[in-house]
Amino acid sequence: MKSTNFLLVGVGGQGTLLASGVLSAVGVRAGFDVKKAEVHGMAQRGGSVSSHIRWGEKIYSPLIGKGEADFMIALEKLEALRYVDMLRAGAVSLIGDMRVPPLTVSSGGNAYPGDDEIRRGLSAVGDVRFVQSLRLAEEAGNVRAHNMVMLGALSTFMPEIAPELWLSVIEELVPARSIDVNRQAFQLGSQSC
Amino acid sequence: MKQEFLSGDEAIARGAFEAGVRVAAAYPGTPSTEILETLAHYQDVYSEWSPNEKVALDVAVGAAYAGSRAMAVMKHVGLNVAADTFFYASITGAEAGLVVVTADDPDMHSSQNEQDNRHYARFARVPCVEPTDSQEAKDLVGAAFDISEQFDTPVLLRITTRIAHSSGLVALGEPRSTERDAPPEYRVDRAKYVMVPGNARRRHPIIEDRVTQLQAFAETFAYNRVELGNTRLGIITGGIAYQYAREVFPDASFLQLGMTYPLPEKLIRDFANRVEQLIVIEELDPFIEEQIRLLGIPVEGKSIFPLCGELDQTIVRRSAIKAGLLDASPSPPIEQKEQDSALPGRPPLLCPGCPHRGVFVATNKLKLVVSGDIGCYTLGFLPPLGALHSCGCMGASIGVAHGISKADIAQKHVAVIGDSTFFHSGIPALLNVAYNQSDTVTIILDNRTTAMTGHQENPATGKTLMGQPAHEVEIEDLVRSLGIPLVLTVDAYDVKAVETALRQCLDSEGPAVIVARRECALLPEARKQWVALSIDAERCNGCGLCFQIGCPAVIRSDVVDAKSGRAKAQIDVLLCTGCEICAQVCARKAISFRDA
Ligand SMILES: Cc1ncc(C[n+]2csc(CCOP(=O)(O)OP(=O)(O)O)c2C)c(N)n1
Repeated sequence: MKSTNFLLVGVGGQGTLLASGVLSAVGVRAGFDVKKAEVHGMAQRGGSVSSHIRWGEKIYSPLIGKGEADFMIALEKLEALRYVDMLRAGAVSLIGDMRVPPLTVSSGGNAYPGDDEIRRGLSAVGDVRFVQSLRLAEEAGNVRAHNMVMLGALSTFMPEIAPELWLSVIEELVPARSIDVNRQAFQLGSQSC
Repeated sequence: MKQEFLSGDEAIARGAFEAGVRVAAAYPGTPSTEILETLAHYQDVYSEWSPNEKVALDVAVGAAYAGSRAMAVMKHVGLNVAADTFFYASITGAEAGLVVVTADDPDMHSSQNEQDNRHYARFARVPCVEPTDSQEAKDLVGAAFDISEQFDTPVLLRITTRIAHSSGLVALGEPRSTERDAPPEYRVDRAKYVMVPGNARRRHPIIEDRVTQLQAFAETFAYNRVELGNTRLGIITGGIAYQYAREVFPDASFLQLGMTYPLPEKLIRDFANRVEQLIVIEELDPFIEEQIRLLGIPVEGKSIFPLCGELDQTIVRRSAIKAGLLDASPSPPIEQKEQDSALPGRPPLLCPGCPHRGVFVATNKLKLVVSGDIGCYTLGFLPPLGALHSCGCMGASIGVAHGISKADIAQKHVAVIGDSTFFHSGIPALLNVAYNQSDTVTIILDNRTTAMTGHQENPATGKTLMGQPAHEVEIEDLVRSLGIPLVLTVDAYDVKAVETALRQCLDSEGPAVIVARRECALLPEARKQWVALSIDAERCNGCGLCFQIGCPAVIRSDVVDAKSGRAKAQIDVLLCTGCEICAQVCARKAISFRDA
């Protein structure tokens, strides 16, 4: 039962749901059985969130087990470290440059981890790539498109799936007025890796 | 055949449409909310948000009495609220299909407790069906309506968070025709529908007999399926647990139960006889396991798999290895690395610009004991605000505060309750405060929406679920008519005004209500008015008062005040909405107001 498992992590309300929607639809379009598990509700209020997306010939569980994720796409830096136990050996971690300090950092005494610490934490498991998601999204026209930059970066690890397929799914799922920005963000992301 | 990628919730809505449901009623609640939100797009189905789950179920019952297929939808704790109706509906049956959807929340992703609602099925003698994925979620709606009509019973369709919010491919079907030539006549049958003791006594044996017939039906029910593999291990399972079990034991034999009450005795015995060892894998309570034990069949379940929280393939695999059902070696590596436990936590929180924050800053200032309720404002209990001191279930705050008043405490105290929660179950409690007279002060946090579950309409928003204009209830008028003499309205962003109103209410005799009104900052109209504030670094001395309001947009900067040695505050312009609550608490006037 071979499957490709994507773990998308971030902070509630910051674009994980749209990104996981695109990633699922691309899998379906590419002919896979796909399952997706998301968190709605309370955690969407600024909490830590993760979406599980699995592609394969036949998928049973919608969840990725511990040590089973092939790819982690972290829309927020600190969140990347929180899910390290989900990665399999040799997994690829793509980490965006958005930082959202939790309240425990701004009003409490906790420290926000630096890039070195994040790299150390994750490279023990696999390959770590930092993606300038905010900067590239801004270049594309809107920082909110940082999720598409991340998908663009991810797409380079799956050369068998044509960029046109990703782009056509993005066109379908994002609001009409932001198609160009999102396309552009995806393309900048795919050139960054 | 057309396929769509649907969540379990969306699939249930589609299933309801295909099954020819005419009336659907619900009260929002994670993880069930998206079912009615999706169904509302099908114009042929009448869908509504009722003020609470009991009303929703009564509405569905009425429609089914009147000969239309009807569905009521709720989260697990909603069925506690609707339980009274659920029981009478079981006894009466109906004239057309009646399906109750309960969305349980193992692991309490968004709930105050973890309860296994399959017990309600057995308790009320109602069949329970459980899908294992989105496809079955859709298909079982139709099956449930057929069962409901064949056996004259409500049917409980039970899903869990991982069914509701997981998506998969679903093959769509054709909708059943609901055309009718003329409105149907209401069929009068007093003996069946008027539940006085004499009639109910006659009905009871009928529903017990119905269980026996359903048991026989379950033997051949298409969704009770045997998948024979290696017969050394036989696994009986249902719902999402099937998927985890399938993943961990690819070669075992399975009896997958699409109907978990009542159980097919013969099918289970036959299956048990064909396998060497029999186990049950189910989430939460040993519901299937105990029924199988009662049949005298040796079985293990909760001695191997955990009772609390959700399962997943990792938990199932670990438990199985521990119990010697699996070898440790050939299974995939588990845990490359443990999560770093020193990482700063990130619990959900009150959003930047949340109007509830203004009220909590005021109650904290007055050191009030606060009886809380359920909604976004529950998050006010978290540090640094720590402003809420109890929270049990929807509508509890006012009754609890009344009890506290009657018991007398040294401190002053108040109840806080959201607008939607007030309509849900706060009104009778406030009526009690007026009737039995206590000094209870109730703050109604009117943010003009049902925010926590994703901004649903409610009786005060002026719109229905299907987008129709509606009467907007005036909370102040309603409260006065219940007999509350002192009713004040304030802007929740105005901390001083909230504080002044609180002092007035706490100092006066008798019950009082404060309506703290300000629309949720995430509503489209409010978003248009977002303006980021700024902090004058010269004036800020790093005292940290603004950090104590718990706003994610107020962060520590890298600049340290030379005198105090503390980090100065800074505003995250991407997050700030300009509510000015931080500006009001700043003692050094370092934070700009909007028009400054
Ligand atoms: C019996 C029951 N039904 C539904 C829910 C789900 N639920 C939790 S909070 C909430 C809405 C609260 O809305 P409101 O009181 O207006 O507060 P807000 O979130 O807007 O601050 C709902 C529906 C629940 N916890 N219990």
